[in-house]
Amino acid sequence: MGSKTIKIVLILLSALFVTLMLILPLATVLVYSLRQGWRTFVSCVTDDYTVKALNLTLLTAAITLAVNTAFGIFSAWSIAKFRFRGKQALTTLIDIPFSISPIIAGLVFILIFGRIGWVYPLMEALDVKIVFAVPGIVLATIFVTFPFVSRELIPLMQSQGCDEEEAAALMGASGLQIFSRVTFPHIKWGLLYGVILCTARALGEFGAVSVVSGHLRGKTNTLPLHVEVLFNEFKLTASFAVASILVVIAIIILILRNIVEFRLKREEG
Amino acid sequence: MSSLKTPPERPKRNVIPGFGLSMGVTLTMLSLIVLIPLASVPLVLRDYSLSEFWRVVTDKQTIATYKVSFSCAAAAAVINVFFGVLLAWVITRYKFPGRRILDGLIELPFALPTAVAGVALTTLYSDKGWIGYLFSKVGVKISYTPIGIKIAMIFIGIPFVVRSIQPVLEKLDPQYEEAAATLGASRARTFMSVVIPEILPAALTGFALAFSRAIGEYGSVVFIAGNIPYKTQITPLIIMNKLEQFNYPAAASIALVMIVFSFLVLFGINILQSKISEISRGS
Repeated sequence: MGSKTIKIVLILLSALFVTLMLILPLATVLVYSLRQGWRTFVSCVTDDYTVKALNLTLLTAAITLAVNTAFGIFSAWSIAKFRFRGKQALTTLIDIPFSISPIIAGLVFILIFGRIGWVYPLMEALDVKIVFAVPGIVLATIFVTFPFVSRELIPLMQSQGCDEEEAAALMGASGLQIFSRVTFPHIKWGLLYGVILCTARALGEFGAVSVVSGHLRGKTNTLPLHVEVLFNEFKLTASFAVASILVVIAIIILILRNIVEFRLKREEG
Repeated sequence: MSSLKTPPERPKRNVIPGFGLSMGVTLTMLSLIVLIPLASVPLVLRDYSLSEFWRVVTDKQTIATYKVSFSCAAAAAVINVFFGVLLAWVITRYKFPGRRILDGLIELPFALPTAVAGVALTTLYSDKGWIGYLFSKVGVKISYTPIGIKIAMIFIGIPFVVRSIQPVLEKLDPQYEEAAATLGASRARTFMSVVIPEILPAALTGFALAFSRAIGEYGSVVFIAGNIPYKTQITPLIIMNKLEQFNYPAAASIALVMIVFSFLVLFGINILQSKISEISRGS
């Protein structure tokens, strides 16, 4: 077999895999969502419950993003710019949520705030609901996406060293000045990259949210949960119409990710 | 996850401000969001006797879920290593129209919500779906069988393998392969003795990441699995079932087994990887 033949066979095999595993599932969502015509599609997408689910999903993603970005910046600053014992252990601990099933991520919050939880009496006294309510959804999403930003920033800031920050500090710059004028310009694309990955996962998280949500339609249903509810009610067209909103968001995220990755590689030289 | 040890460092006074504040914020948030919640799993089990714990985690139906999860995740990860190497090779070594789109699409399982992937795969591979229909003609059912579980796990795991191997192939200079070829090595032999040893640690990392993700995965698997006890019930699903029955200690017990298992996998792979890099450096 010539190298040309091998090349063609390998490319075709790759194309077949990607078609079966990635392209056809995407096409399924779009075709099924439009199967009963454009009108039905629009009415499913603009349905009251869908809009409420979209709002909850966006709210959850926004809070998650704020918390995890703050954590990412603080943790990367302490890990990349200082020397201390147990640094390796700390980075491993930060990565824990990645190795844990999303079901367990939801479960832990039920075990804390649920009826048998040790915080339950206090929450009861304060009349605050955490699980089977919006705060639980937000908490579970934060847990699952916790390492995304810091994991991008730590290696990036470590590779840049501390010389510039030290120089700025010796010239009397404050911590905030050093970060915003010296460090930030170097890490902005890396930060954005982490933020994009975090957003994608936060918008789409299903397992953890499914455990803590209680599936109250119009109250604690996020978009992915709404897809599940409709699918289980055999409302295929409606389910896929709602799913198509998430597909469009996913495609936008993929394109943004590729642009940012390109800038990031160029910046790194 | 890196096994590299930092060289002994000379303590030096750091002039950069903000260590106390940033470390304080980091540790507080890490404790509140990750560590304390996780600690509540063993805490719930404090009144639970060891024999009760053992009875729950070795219950026949629970054991069956371990088998389904483990065997499907392992099979899916093996298939992913094969296609991961293939895709990484094609993307880095060949120029062809659509290469950039192929490269971008690999990331789709990270960007697409798992529930959407789940309903799409279930429909596509069911008896009425485009592909499932073709297979049902020859008597093969995919959705609601272990094959379906593997399909979902392949979907969720493929980017881990490709993205682990790709950077290594990009750095690997084709000159070595050319040199081996000029010295008379066959193409297959060149690949086996020059390329494979170089990408082995990365492939292993990809395997481990895909495997551990598949073990814990819920959203994309739950729909296509169909949750038939002893047949297609995966471990995360039995935890969910225990939760729905408000049997919290049982859910926590099985969760504890999963947590310990996923830590062991990561730990084992770390050791394996450092061994491999020692060998490749030593030779």
